[in-house]
Amino acid sequence: MTVISLDAVKRIVELTVDGQEVRVTEGSTILDACRRLGVETPTLCYGDTLTPVNVCRVCVVEVEGARTLVPACSRKVEPGMVVHTDSPRVQTSRRLVLELLGSSVDLSTAPDALRYIEEYEAQPDRFGADSLTVAQAVKVDNELYVRDYSKCILCYKCVEACGDDHQNTFAIAVAGRGFGAHISTELDVTLPESACVYCGNCIAVCPTGALMPVSEFERRRDGTWDEAQQTEVDTICPYCGVGCNLTLHVQGDEIVKVSSPDDHDVTRGNLCVKGRFGYQHVQNRA
Amino acid sequence: MFGAGGGTSSYEETRSADLIVLWGSNAREAHPIFFHHVLKAVHNGAKLIVVDPRRTASAQWADLWLGIDVGTDIPLANAVGREIIAAGLVNEEFISRATTGYEEYCASVEPWTLEEAERVTGVPADAIRELAHAYARAERAQLCWTLGITEHHNAVDNVFALIDLALLTGHVGRYGSGLAPLRGQNNVQGGGDMGALPNKLPGFQDVEDDAARARFEEKWNASIPPKNGKHLSQMFHAMESGELRALYVIGENPAQSEADQKHAIELLEGLDHLVVQDIFLTKTAQLADVVLPASASWAEAEGTVTSSERRVQRVRKALDPPGEARDDVEIVYELAKRLGADLGSPRAEDVWNELRSLSPMHAGMSYERLEELGGIQWPCWDETHPGDQFLHARLWDDEVAVRAPFKAVLHDPPVDKLDDDFPIRLTTGRRLESFNTGVQTGGFSSPLHRDRSTAIRLAPEDGARYGIADGGLVRVVSRRGSVEAPAAYDDTLRPGLAFMNLHFPDEVATNVLTIDAQDPQSGTAEFKATAIRVEAV
Repeated sequence: MTVISLDAVKRIVELTVDGQEVRVTEGSTILDACRRLGVETPTLCYGDTLTPVNVCRVCVVEVEGARTLVPACSRKVEPGMVVHTDSPRVQTSRRLVLELLGSSVDLSTAPDALRYIEEYEAQPDRFGADSLTVAQAVKVDNELYVRDYSKCILCYKCVEACGDDHQNTFAIAVAGRGFGAHISTELDVTLPESACVYCGNCIAVCPTGALMPVSEFERRRDGTWDEAQQTEVDTICPYCGVGCNLTLHVQGDEIVKVSSPDDHDVTRGNLCVKGRFGYQHVQNRA
Repeated sequence: MFGAGGGTSSYEETRSADLIVLWGSNAREAHPIFFHHVLKAVHNGAKLIVVDPRRTASAQWADLWLGIDVGTDIPLANAVGREIIAAGLVNEEFISRATTGYEEYCASVEPWTLEEAERVTGVPADAIRELAHAYARAERAQLCWTLGITEHHNAVDNVFALIDLALLTGHVGRYGSGLAPLRGQNNVQGGGDMGALPNKLPGFQDVEDDAARARFEEKWNASIPPKNGKHLSQMFHAMESGELRALYVIGENPAQSEADQKHAIELLEGLDHLVVQDIFLTKTAQLADVVLPASASWAEAEGTVTSSERRVQRVRKALDPPGEARDDVEIVYELAKRLGADLGSPRAEDVWNELRSLSPMHAGMSYERLEELGGIQWPCWDETHPGDQFLHARLWDDEVAVRAPFKAVLHDPPVDKLDDDFPIRLTTGRRLESFNTGVQTGGFSSPLHRDRSTAIRLAPEDGARYGIADGGLVRVVSRRGSVEAPAAYDDTLRPGLAFMNLHFPDEVATNVLTIDAQDPQSGTAEFKATAIRVEAV
């Protein structure tokens, strides 16, 4: 194979994270350096295939000489940088972020957030039972996926996936300000009235289960969703010739969800409506 | 033209191209995830040019849309070629070193001045000039096409006309520049790779090549008929003449997918014996003497498929097939046994390994490596070879052993002519949420299905002209038959152009209208160009 890299040659940057020296290529982020060292760093709004938007603030770290904490997911490394990921300041900041999220948002289907809350000993209920929340009715307005914004942490990942990072349909954006900020279609119309093309690439990146296929939503509601019983089988989409990788989530003898691996270059986690939802025909043959 | 039939480049190269031309391809809807790669390039500053009779969802992303009249691709391509030559933008070094037939090509495109092409194609001369200059001047250009090029009676000539442009400019055989026919089904490329073509053995080895055939005969311990077989359209002709009396159909629904549907069904009904192997009791299966229920190859069986970038990837079994349905491999071997050849009961991987031993371009693709590397692009000669990201790098060697020939091609307009009785050009294509005859996509409910999915799309001007209301019922009449369908005004269509899809044949049998005029080489019918009239019902 003849591969000619079109990128300029990258320099190596040396920095220190939690007292350990690490070398990464120029243009890497602090998060990349942390991962290189195996230093676990929580992330919620970060996605491997998305441009960082720096909104969740749960990945913040302390950089010596910097006035404020910096988001590890987007701050690029610099030579000689000295980074602390476990200082009291970092710990306090991460804990507070998780407490604010946990007090206002239903995180029951957000496994990462729940794990971080435990890890950082965050106490979301310390704000009292009457703290403001984003609780609201689930939006069920089409056959393919539901939107439960009681579970939305406003990480913007769905907006990015629907926008210029992947799908470029721009059916959703953040509307409103402050605590009233929320993900909305244009003029808050239903999905069938919006520009949505039901690729479900927003579902794929949602870290909290606010966006969910109907197949998963109904099983959870009926108490029959059981991830421990599910197997994942990788295959190729049966439709057009692009060759998208599908991961079939199978429970019992049924496909209950379809996703695509982030780390495969053909799809980078993305599918179209046929790939993500068009599996039902094999199950209609009983 | 170059030997093995497949796209020359990879999706990664599309992302790093600085010009992408989609010619007769609405990838935004028909190949949505490929279009993601196109959009990455667009956001990186690449120029996108779309050639399509309709102002499609893809065209709406383009810097330049060439709204071509259906079936005039050769005049347009030849005019682009002529303009590149006239403007002195040809890659002379590449042409002299790596090609043959340049002089004849120049002579053949000479009549296609920009003005003449504008008259014939409906595309303004300035737009043709812009396409020509952009393509010739691009550093890395991808020229992609789909059925808008190949579903014509002169499909192969259309493809040659595009390949000529790549030869003229040297946009083939190097990183970032290439020719990309986007495949319509998940394994149409793999079917060809595996020799499911009437003139090829696996690995694009010629049936009529004695040495190639001998290798297979030795392995199989059987003799292979030394003559090319019939492609699909030739089979239908042979059914008509009575030469072909029995048919075994695997995973195809010709009773609804063939052009001139009424005639196709008559021929299928007239067979002595019809066997259909499918995952559903399709309309074709309903005509069959024997139906063999099969597994869904993408979720109920092991195997491989090949994508549009020549990437061989594994499909895996996630579910047991229902009822009496069985794996296709198992059915074929069981059938062989009943016909007197007990070949054992091999698994998919055994079949694959035998293929690897006979097809050098697949030799290095063990199941283990396919898993490890996330698929491999052919050719892959041995187990240390990573597969070729792009083809035909040899054209840039100092000494080019086998040169690529220019093919001079002539304009030959659609067979189904427009006249006063049939004044509207109907073209066909896909919708985002649907696939082919709807056998698979009919199985899931989607809000997108409700978007007047069975309608004939008409230019609003034609609606007014023929007294048809938006949403009104119309009778669509061609020289072969008529269907009733709701009408939907569509301002992406120019007057005189109508659009229908083929996805809902039970509601609206579009192929009753289409013509079975075929390309003599590929056997593809001219689904893209039907002459119709519309009458309010």
